[in-house]
Amino acid sequence: MKDNIVIVGGGIAGMEAARQLLKLGYNPIIVEKSDRLGGHVAQWHCLFPDMTPAKDVVSSLIEATGRANIFLNTEISFMNRLKDSYNIMLTNGVSVIAKVVLVTTGFSVFDAGKKEEYGYGVYDQVMTNSDLEHWFNDGNDDRIDGSEMNAIGFVHCVGSRDEKARNPQCSKVCCITAVKQAIEIKKRFPDAMVYCFYMDLRMFGKKYEDFYIAAQRDYGVRFIRGRVSEVSENIEGKVIVKAEDTLAGKPVKVTLDLLVLMAGMVCNPDCSTLAGMVSLQTDSDGFFKSRDNIADITSSSRDGIYYAGACTGPKTVPETLAEARSAALEIHSYINRL
Amino acid sequence: MTMENIFGFSISPSSTVNLDNVDLTLFNRLHELEPDAWKCMSCGSCTATCPAGNFSGMSLRKVLHALQRGKEKDAVKMLRCCMLCGKCSMVCPRGINTRHLILSICKLYKED
Repeated sequence: MKDNIVIVGGGIAGMEAARQLLKLGYNPIIVEKSDRLGGHVAQWHCLFPDMTPAKDVVSSLIEATGRANIFLNTEISFMNRLKDSYNIMLTNGVSVIAKVVLVTTGFSVFDAGKKEEYGYGVYDQVMTNSDLEHWFNDGNDDRIDGSEMNAIGFVHCVGSRDEKARNPQCSKVCCITAVKQAIEIKKRFPDAMVYCFYMDLRMFGKKYEDFYIAAQRDYGVRFIRGRVSEVSENIEGKVIVKAEDTLAGKPVKVTLDLLVLMAGMVCNPDCSTLAGMVSLQTDSDGFFKSRDNIADITSSSRDGIYYAGACTGPKTVPETLAEARSAALEIHSYINRL
Repeated sequence: MTMENIFGFSISPSSTVNLDNVDLTLFNRLHELEPDAWKCMSCGSCTATCPAGNFSGMSLRKVLHALQRGKEKDAVKMLRCCMLCGKCSMVCPRGINTRHLILSICKLYKED
């Protein structure tokens, strides 16, 4: 009989792991709380640095996991340890015994409304990175369609690297996402001025630096080193942004038709619920704590429970996929050891 | 007797910050009082929101940086324009108690 492996979360990490586990001869069971697969990536337009359409990545994963058991609109109601396996009860009434549970619960996007000084949900012309991706996908947003786009600004590090928001961690992908979105917006509105307000630019990945140079040189995106301190609205409904241009050492002010807040990755609140069921450890940033952050990132402190993707911290898409493959292999060797 | 300047030019003092000669004794004392003194990442939020900054050139970011580079006179001069309104402490992403920090700087670096 094929071994059951319960995968908590049907995002790209869960699906990639399921794909690999199917190939290795297991019976993966994906438990997804929403009504669709693909998680955050399914709602994205295209991915840095090659502008790969996100829907291509997601649809090929959905195709590859067709033979797995998938429960949508389902969560874990409880889970307890048996001798060498776990007894898992799902909210749809199904109960499963599995030797391995793979946690791929991913991240949550920071609620930008919590940074009141940036005016999300208060001023009309303020949106988030996810709202902008929605617009790229379906082309339907009053904030963009309803007004002329002469000047657009991006605010980096919204709710990340921010102790006031209780998220001191760097969300890792927003720098490069802002560069990508700035290029995309410049392609749609070539005559608009596009500004990026940043504290540090973290262009750590393959081809990211090229992408950044292209944004500066080929697209004319203007980078200003200074964190936006406050946003206000003028009588015409435009937003006024205040920052310090720290390179000039002078305060800077600019009037914009649209302000995009790069909301960061924060831990999924489901993390703590799940952690409570089988006493898994979470880190100071709220994400799950791996057995070792260098040598053993996919293992938890408990036998038979594995992690993949952004449930242990902010990750890029290729990192998440690589971790899912690595977790599948770890699971395979764990089951063979039992 | 000083030598007359017969060449028509003089040597200007170097503007280099020579880290070999920076005396951080006072700054280290400040750090003992205010552990967050080294925590600033120079994002400029404090300066952007400072009501005095637009007119006087007051910038807490610059003050801290100047102190760390041994330019104490520049720092103290800038701080004279601070009104202690505390707005900077509201926006600091590193959660520094900036108002308290400014008061400690004033105590330690007070000029006679």
